[in-house]
Amino acid sequence: MTEKVIHLQEHADDEAKKLGMWLFIFTELLLFGGLFLVYSVFRAKYPANFHEGSLELSVTIGTINTIVLLISSMTVAMSLTAIQKNNRKLAMILISVTLVLATVFLFNKVFEWGAKFEHGLYPGSKLMPMLERGDLLYFSLYFFMTGLHALHIIVGMVLLTICLFKLKSGSVNSQKYIHLENGALYWHLVDLIWIFLFPLMYLIT
Amino acid sequence: MANKTTHTTEYRVLARVLLVLMFLTFLTISVTSYHLAAFSVTVALLIAGAKGFLILTYFMHLKYESLLLRILVAMIFVLYAVIILITFIDYAYR
Repeated sequence: MTEKVIHLQEHADDEAKKLGMWLFIFTELLLFGGLFLVYSVFRAKYPANFHEGSLELSVTIGTINTIVLLISSMTVAMSLTAIQKNNRKLAMILISVTLVLATVFLFNKVFEWGAKFEHGLYPGSKLMPMLERGDLLYFSLYFFMTGLHALHIIVGMVLLTICLFKLKSGSVNSQKYIHLENGALYWHLVDLIWIFLFPLMYLIT
Repeated sequence: MANKTTHTTEYRVLARVLLVLMFLTFLTISVTSYHLAAFSVTVALLIAGAKGFLILTYFMHLKYESLLLRILVAMIFVLYAVIILITFIDYAYR
């Protein structure tokens, strides 16, 4: 007697997957939102120190990083357009460009942080506790917030690299691209956070 | 079921949004170089808000998403504004 095998109908709910990513994005927004709140209270309390602290940062590098992330947001959005138009090769090229731009951002961050480390400014250094309260708060927030953001950049890069491989293997294609869409959403979130981080850290007058 | 009726954002739309975002970036920098004191934060945040709105609407595709999603996103920002407001009321009256 032959065995009858029953295959369950695969039910993919892309709207639900997208909603799931958005719900996660909400938690990320509140995470960084909480940090921005801490920042605002202490900036209101130590305006002069925060201003002085921001002078130690390079507006040039910050601007380059902002531009780099904005362009990377466009390229990842374009990669989604590309795969929707069934142009797999272009989609892969655009994601690769996004990843290169992300690497540039991280490299700049390493450079910026390195400069601070050389001056003895890093979490847990002997110099930090000797600073004025306002300065200590500013630099602690600077390291924590840009560090947490950089961590998110790395996570985003991992997600997009996975998308790149999925494009290559065809599991992300013009009919099924929710993974790329979600990866792109996460990347846009990372950009969104930086949009606020940049003026609040670098451009304090 | 895969999305077949989802809207595809054209390349040129995305490119135009990028141009506006870059313009707003340079605007932020030039505005904050003037000594507007307390105002510069407000202006910088307003411009950042505009940039955020463009990213949410076009890059993150909210303009073409379901009403549910758009309402949820709006609610999160309202929630955040309330949190800020309450914290500052608390802080201001200590």
